[in-house]
Amino acid sequence: MSETATGPVILLVEDEPQMRRFLRAALSSHAYRLVEAGTGQEAIALATSHNPEVVLLDLGLPDFDGLEVTRRLREFTKVPILVLSARGREDDKVAALDAGADDYVTKPFGTNELLARLRVALRHAQGERKAEPVFELGPLRIDYARREVTKAGTMVKLTPIEYRLLACLAKNVGRVLTHRQILKEVWGPTHGDDTHYLRVYMAQLRRKLEDDPSNPLYLLTEPGVGYRLKD
Amino acid sequence: MTDEGDSRPDPDALLARLKAEERQRARLKIFFGFAPGVGKTFAMLESARLLKARGLDVVVGLIETHGRAETAKLIEGLEVLPRQTLDYRGKALEEFDLERALARKPAILLVDELAHTNVPGSRHTRRWQDVLELLDAGIEVHTTLNVQHVESLNDVVAQITHVQVRETVPDSLLERADEIELVDIPPEELLKRLSEGKVYLPEQARRAAEHFFRRGNLLALRELALRRTAERVDEDVVAYRKQHEIQTTWPSGERIAVCVGPAPASARLVRAARRMAAGLRAPWLAIWVDNPVTALSKADHERLESHLELVGSLGGEVVRLSGTRVAETILEWARASNITRIILGKPTHSRLRDRLRGSLLDDIVRGSGDIDVFVISGDPDAPAEPVDRSAQPRPVAWRNYLASAISMGVVTTIDVVLHRSLGLPDPEMLFLLAIMIVAATLGRGPAFLASGLAVAAFDFFFVPPYLTFAVADTRFVLTFVMMFGVGALISTLASRLRDQELEARQREQQTHTLFAFTRALSEADTLDALARTTARHCAEAIGLQAQVVVALSRNGSLQPCGAWPTNSKLEPNDLGVAEWVFDHGRAAGKGTDTLSGANAYCLPLGRSQGVIALLRAEEPTLEERALLDSFARQAAVSVERFQLAEDARAAALRARTEELRSSLLSAVSHDLRTPLAVVTGSATALRDDGSLDASTRAQLLDTICDEAERLERLVRNLLDMTRVQAGALTVKREWVPLEELIGSARSRLSRQLAGRAVHVSLPDNVPLVSVDPVLFEQVLLNLFENALKYTPPGSPIDVLARVMPDVIELEVADRGPGFDPADAERLFEKFYRGAHLGTSGAGLGLAVCRGIVEAHGGRITAQLREGGGARFVITLPVVGTPPPVPPEEGT
Repeated sequence: MSETATGPVILLVEDEPQMRRFLRAALSSHAYRLVEAGTGQEAIALATSHNPEVVLLDLGLPDFDGLEVTRRLREFTKVPILVLSARGREDDKVAALDAGADDYVTKPFGTNELLARLRVALRHAQGERKAEPVFELGPLRIDYARREVTKAGTMVKLTPIEYRLLACLAKNVGRVLTHRQILKEVWGPTHGDDTHYLRVYMAQLRRKLEDDPSNPLYLLTEPGVGYRLKD
Repeated sequence: MTDEGDSRPDPDALLARLKAEERQRARLKIFFGFAPGVGKTFAMLESARLLKARGLDVVVGLIETHGRAETAKLIEGLEVLPRQTLDYRGKALEEFDLERALARKPAILLVDELAHTNVPGSRHTRRWQDVLELLDAGIEVHTTLNVQHVESLNDVVAQITHVQVRETVPDSLLERADEIELVDIPPEELLKRLSEGKVYLPEQARRAAEHFFRRGNLLALRELALRRTAERVDEDVVAYRKQHEIQTTWPSGERIAVCVGPAPASARLVRAARRMAAGLRAPWLAIWVDNPVTALSKADHERLESHLELVGSLGGEVVRLSGTRVAETILEWARASNITRIILGKPTHSRLRDRLRGSLLDDIVRGSGDIDVFVISGDPDAPAEPVDRSAQPRPVAWRNYLASAISMGVVTTIDVVLHRSLGLPDPEMLFLLAIMIVAATLGRGPAFLASGLAVAAFDFFFVPPYLTFAVADTRFVLTFVMMFGVGALISTLASRLRDQELEARQREQQTHTLFAFTRALSEADTLDALARTTARHCAEAIGLQAQVVVALSRNGSLQPCGAWPTNSKLEPNDLGVAEWVFDHGRAAGKGTDTLSGANAYCLPLGRSQGVIALLRAEEPTLEERALLDSFARQAAVSVERFQLAEDARAAALRARTEELRSSLLSAVSHDLRTPLAVVTGSATALRDDGSLDASTRAQLLDTICDEAERLERLVRNLLDMTRVQAGALTVKREWVPLEELIGSARSRLSRQLAGRAVHVSLPDNVPLVSVDPVLFEQVLLNLFENALKYTPPGSPIDVLARVMPDVIELEVADRGPGFDPADAERLFEKFYRGAHLGTSGAGLGLAVCRGIVEAHGGRITAQLREGGGARFVITLPVVGTPPPVPPEEGT
């Protein structure tokens, strides 16, 4: 742990020494304080003793898998969990997210991307957006009180589902949401598997909000996982 | 066969010698005697002790001491295999234990009494079969044999001694023997030993023995044994001379043919032919002429087959001919095959029949020209020779006789009516017509009945005095005789015609069955399908309740591959029989001499290609065996064809795998090392060289990032390719808008695509496609990357989709330099890279695309674009319809 740093405490759960060395260097230089664990067991112990503000969790651990660590952490803490995972393991990511992880970063990743995800996670944990009556992102503006959406000052007419979908993404801006999470939130708990509903409404929403719906700038697809409203 | 001497080494002889050396077959030594009691067992044991003393592994498999102390003493000091005890009808019987002998596998095994018949329940019926199996297993066997048990001498011995010996050993076994040691004592000595009680004889044989052990008999038998051994010595000399290319002249250029039929005397003919051939050292053949007009009865057929089998066991060759004129057929064939002697049986039927039907013997003698004809007497004890096979009528149902009587009644009524009303002048003509019809439809017996009834009816109704059987005018008696005679002749002719037709139909049926089988075989596209086809056709040819399992050799072991009916299975017991057949290349199981206790009759399929097993309650008849045999031969050809093709395929695959491996290695070594070299170089420069200015440092850092990205892409493609290749690609289809797939690929490549104009033109109703979104995004990503790599910076990329009723077409097109049209297919091959300078990559991107698209049941092609550039077109079949999305309330 860096002596001088005063930033948020990160619990880094990763068994590869090289990755740890790189992450230590990248994160310490941005004033994060690090607590490091090499196994899932250690991670649980350190999470109780050090009360970290965010957990950076590698899914492939020697003792039990990251999914199990996520579940155990969620038994006693709401600390944001950021999962590190390789490409091609979309199912693992979805499972981790559905088990309570907040977001994921695909290896290999750039430092900028990691830092941005960390910031989003910390911000959501502090709940700073929740109280805001108005959401603004680029040319988009959502007035929660009036249930009105404008794009570059022009009113956009949305159906109730489209509005709920947009609002759901906006509340989690910058964070990935799995299909299941969105479906439950917008359509209700019985529609958890009807992903084609979601895809069709998402396409409609893009046509109304994006300049080029085949090259979206805000309503991004996370293949095999879900959607994310770009920060 | 080679009959002429030749100054050059005969290639066949060389081949035979090579084969003999190659096999390194186990030796067989026979201690040969002319009667029981000459001391064969004794001689065998003495020689065994000598061998043992020389340190050879000699084991006693089975020796009958018959309680004689001298013999028992000789066994002492030799290892003796325990016998097996078999339960036969409640009695425990001891028998030679073949299994144990095979398991023990000594260098030399002693097995007494080669001609012995095994206790039922043993693996083989005869001990000589056990010996053959031992030899096959590479065990040298020493055994004993008496002259009267030699098959070809069997009837001669019977003639001399008037004792018929049933237990015979095929001559081929004597020929197989590497050494025959004659154990000889003067008959006087033997008789003395007999009187001293030193010769053991079983109780029941005592009476026969009184006949047997007469001095005259013994002398004759001794001469036979000596002669047989001398013949054998001659053969050894010939073999030696042949082996050393010493020019030999055959004592004769003879070729002997013996005419064989179903008559019991034929067996004698065969043995006589064998003896004559051995004496002349000439090749011999047996001919059977199948007359398609006449059918053999079942008993005749079985006898014929046993005669032909005898020919095989005596080392002759069987020739089956077919023809209606037997004598002509035989002579024609004999001339064509340079036959010098023909052996025929003496006719046993009356001269009258020859006058009526012509005599085979006469025809052959007259037509033989310079071929010598030998006529040999039949066995006097044999039943009369049923030469005229049509004389054994097919069993005719009593219904046919009834039908014949009824139809004659009807005809009589019609005849009477016609005669009375129209004054028909010749009522007998109508009767003759009716007899002919009866003969043609109902057979000969009913036709004879019809003839008799016709005469009776004619007498009763048309010969005065009417309505009595009395005849006023005696001239009518002549009419009756003529009428019956004509009727009988007509019926004979008509029924023969009918038989011919039946026969021809049956033959055609068989030919058709075989033809259908051959055709079905050619349609089979896998070995399993072939096995199934074979099983099915065999079962259908055999008929009801036949179950057939075909097992084929797979990687050296026998595996059931096809069965008909498909649920037929081989019990472990039957599988054991199948394996035995597979190992030994001989038929076995139910109805044979080997492992006859099994439920299955198994016959080999080709040379160690497989086994056909027939499961049925009844034993297979000889005809059925012959049929199965022809099926097996046909199937073997196809199996061999498959195995060859499979070998060729495997070889091609190995070569291709090897080629792939080397290109993978070169690609990986090049494509992984280049970026690694750049990263290492740049990173060390940054670390070690303090003098770099800010812009150089920035440049180096960019290089590191770019190269790392390139590495990532390469590894990703390699992993994807591995998954495609390993068949580990599971397509999880979801209904996805095409737009979303395109969008997600574009956002992942947003940095690289910056500065490129990407035009997406989709139909208005954004089509939903049923694809795996993750995999399909990868396809688009690779196509974009491909375009980025091979087209000049800034050139546009177009994405188009067309929706058609059955397919959806998605196209990624560029304005690059295009490609050589000849390469259109190769572009999608692994490790293939377009011939452009300055491009990097392992040549995997498009191969991955194809793998994924094909896993979706689609196609991907590369085409040249009008106006320059390349088009990559994906054609996806429309799978089902997307589920409906319920309309929103209140919109």
